[in-house]
Amino acid sequence: MGSLSIWRLTLVVFYIVVLIHGSSAAYGNGKTPTTSSPGQPSNPVHTFPAPKKEYLPVFQMNYPRIQIPFEITLWILLASLAKIGFHVYHKITVWVPECCLLITIGLIVGGIMYSVHEESPAVLTTDVFFLYLLPPIVLDAGYFMPTRLFFENCGTVLWFSVVGTLWNSIGIGISLFGICQIEAFGIQDINLQENLLFGTIISTVDPVAVLAVFEEVNINEQLYIVVFGESLYNDAITVALYSLFKYISQMDQVDSIDIFLGTADFFVVGFGGIMFGLLFGFVAAFTTRFTANTRELEPVFVFMYSYLAYLIAELFSLSSIMAIVTCALTMKYYVEENVSQRSCTTIRHFLKMWSSVSETLIFFFLGVTTVTSKHEWNWAYIGFTLIFCIVWRGLGVLVLAQIINNFRTIPFTFKDQFSMAYGGLRGAICFSLAFLLPNTFPRRNLFTTAAIAVIIFTVFIQGITIRPLIDYLNVRRTNRKLMTINVEIHSRAMEHTIAGIEDLCGQWSHYYWKDKFKKINDRFLRKVLIKDNRPQSSIVSLYKKLELQNALVLLDSNGGISGAPSLTSLQEQKPTKPETFLPEEVWSMQELLSKNMYKIHERTLTYTRHSLPNEIRTKEILLRRHSTIRKSMRKAGTWQTPAAAKYYSLPPTVQNLQPRLRLRKSSLTGDDDGDDDIASEINFPPARPRLQLRAKEPRRALQPPRNKLETVNEVRTDSRRTPMVDYENRGGSAMSENSKGRGTGTKRALTPMRQFGLFNEQGLKNKEKEDQMEMEEFRYTPAANRREEAREEASDSETTHPLLNRPMHQYKP
Amino acid sequence: MGCNASTLAKIHNVDELILETGFSSSHICHLYNRFHSLDKDDKGLLNRGDFQNISELAVNPLGDRIINNFFPDGVDLIDFNSFARTLARFRPVEESLKKEPDSPEPINSRANKLKFAFQLYDQDKDGKISNNELLQVLRLMLGVQVTEEQLDNITDRTIQEADLDGDNAISFEEFKKVRAKLSGHFLASSCLTSDWDLGWGYGVASL
Repeated sequence: MGSLSIWRLTLVVFYIVVLIHGSSAAYGNGKTPTTSSPGQPSNPVHTFPAPKKEYLPVFQMNYPRIQIPFEITLWILLASLAKIGFHVYHKITVWVPECCLLITIGLIVGGIMYSVHEESPAVLTTDVFFLYLLPPIVLDAGYFMPTRLFFENCGTVLWFSVVGTLWNSIGIGISLFGICQIEAFGIQDINLQENLLFGTIISTVDPVAVLAVFEEVNINEQLYIVVFGESLYNDAITVALYSLFKYISQMDQVDSIDIFLGTADFFVVGFGGIMFGLLFGFVAAFTTRFTANTRELEPVFVFMYSYLAYLIAELFSLSSIMAIVTCALTMKYYVEENVSQRSCTTIRHFLKMWSSVSETLIFFFLGVTTVTSKHEWNWAYIGFTLIFCIVWRGLGVLVLAQIINNFRTIPFTFKDQFSMAYGGLRGAICFSLAFLLPNTFPRRNLFTTAAIAVIIFTVFIQGITIRPLIDYLNVRRTNRKLMTINVEIHSRAMEHTIAGIEDLCGQWSHYYWKDKFKKINDRFLRKVLIKDNRPQSSIVSLYKKLELQNALVLLDSNGGISGAPSLTSLQEQKPTKPETFLPEEVWSMQELLSKNMYKIHERTLTYTRHSLPNEIRTKEILLRRHSTIRKSMRKAGTWQTPAAAKYYSLPPTVQNLQPRLRLRKSSLTGDDDGDDDIASEINFPPARPRLQLRAKEPRRALQPPRNKLETVNEVRTDSRRTPMVDYENRGGSAMSENSKGRGTGTKRALTPMRQFGLFNEQGLKNKEKEDQMEMEEFRYTPAANRREEAREEASDSETTHPLLNRPMHQYKP
Repeated sequence: MGCNASTLAKIHNVDELILETGFSSSHICHLYNRFHSLDKDDKGLLNRGDFQNISELAVNPLGDRIINNFFPDGVDLIDFNSFARTLARFRPVEESLKKEPDSPEPINSRANKLKFAFQLYDQDKDGKISNNELLQVLRLMLGVQVTEEQLDNITDRTIQEADLDGDNAISFEEFKKVRAKLSGHFLASSCLTSDWDLGWGYGVASL
């Protein structure tokens, strides 16, 4: 491990050196040897002695041509390599958030460049930051934002972002102006308007920094969404205030009309941004409705429309961050319904990748420009800026939280408020805004220095200490006595129950609007924006999507998931005398429980910057529940009603099974449609739980695409215990995992694997056994259901593959 | 939507319900509205399918057990009154109520809450949590990474800890003792009760 890390460090150093060389080549006299195209005849007019013949240059260098892309690539590579390097040292990353490390590396590189007397690289302009580096991050944030959580807390978020930012900026501005009046500090020339402007710049909480730090702290979702939402949405007010104060600061006189215009400007900026976001979101959703034949372009639409929203908002000086976030929020729901599974994955992966790169670069550049830009240091101003930032933020959060607690269903405790105040980190946006000040602005350097100082302070000091502080607060709150296993299990069970009941009752205050929106959504929007719109319950669509993803994941993975229960061991008699457990066994059990128990209150997928949302647990839970749902529904006998029939209806793809199968036979390529086919075919059995007998037949039909399915076979024979896989292929019989008293359970779990492969003797034999078992099950259902089943089977016969037409009489009693 | 007399009038035996469950009339109104929004076909009754349509319950490991608790044996459709009664169990316990010595225990007493929790495990209603039942619940709550032997070990250990009379199963009394060890704070002031307390109050205010 040590040698590996050293190797990595040397790699990093190597790249730094290359970079410096590259830059120096660019900014030095970078003269390149002249290129001469081969074969060009020498000057025909010989007025002087013929020049020496130039030989064909075999090796030539042309640096200016590639200079800019080269530098960009090197910077990105360097930053990313640095990031890899950090993760080698786990101990560091526990304590120090990544952004700090990145800034440090940036400082080092900046120092090197400075000592070589280089200019800061040309790529680092505020335009680059605002137009290229910031959009991916904000888009990523908007796309993966937990919408439900966000809308539930919408009022709070807007309250904090708008009023909070106002409070902070005006407060800081005025107090700094007060400080400026004191003669001893020598900054009397800064007038009120400039101070207010600076206050605005410095009070913007930065989403990049907040995310970078909060995510590692695992803070609870209420807090997270409020601080995060605040950081995103304060952009509107920042833009408005910034332009207002900048305008005012360049004028001598302030009329009340200007204040009024400022307020109006805020509304225009905010709502304008949102409007553009909505517009582009809907257009994007609408476009994806028609992309069935151009699957590869789907991600392009998503990205381009969002970026366009951002740019157009910038064009009109509206709040571009709000535009792009709104666009992503609007677009996501419809787009994910319309696009193929692969495009969905692509979009997500690309977003994560871009935002990671952007974030890395931003912090890195922050470090570099710290060293290379001109500074003006003034102890008083900067010191008081820091103090006021902290003080005003704390006060602001306190006061605002007290007010908003009256309207919240889950009020903020003092600890929450402290975390919120402490988590208000400033970052690169703040810096860029300072940089954006025109050069004619008096004392511009002071402002940039102050901004940098505040950023470095908040990111480093607050970023590093926030985790221990939060841990400390948490520890004081809960009871850290070692819980017995009993207590742990039971308390978790109760928490799940409570969460379930809460979900059952819904969220009171906002439910009305959500319901209304849902009605509008179903009636109009879905029809227009989603292709092939059929009314489905959300759980069916969710389930189908998960099944598809699940199938793909299984095809990709190599026997990763194991540990499904084997029923034979369940049936065995346990030794009646209880064994006493050693303490280490108990401890390991507790570890096991704490690591593997599902978390409660995961109403929404929480946002993570550095990884895609983890849906595996949700899938597992959903699949298990599905099996027990069917079991309970069968017992209850209620699943013959039309409502339930819709519930488990076949996806329409079944009707096309015939032509698609032929296609599969001819081309076993893995194109997009193919994947959908495979998935839908695999989807097929579990979607017909009632007709378990039927469910077996399609498996035979699945023989043609052998390539892929054999891999699945391999996977399963290796792992052998995969409830998900079992479930998929077993259709209705997956419930057998959960049922007791069926001694033949294991056989059931094993037979589908045979079936999937070749049609061999053993397969047949097992199949017959299976038939018998299914027959028994079949008999247990009430007669009325059976009749309905038979009717269903008959009606479906026209739409099935000839292979599926097994004689039905075999199954009727 | 809103809480008014006409909504109340639609509910049968509103006054009885209020007395029995302890909800206020605005709470009953809210529950009624929720009942109706769950009831997609406007039958006036809910079946299991309606509950399962709530997608959050789908990803709750104990989701279907919770649903089962709403439907007593053999009943497949519930009306609003039974819906409200089942939910009433989760109302926060009022410590300040003066209890008459021989009045029946309120529906949301601690004992009743414990009984609900007990029933979550005890599916066959024999009054004991057997090894298998516990195993099933554990399996629901744990991911697939846990192997069979580990699950068995955990189950054995759990029963061992709680079982006092040596019958290898946990009876209701033993269960109560286990929960009593858990500091009283849990059921009395769990996230549920404090949230709900405020939630229902403020929900009314904001609507």
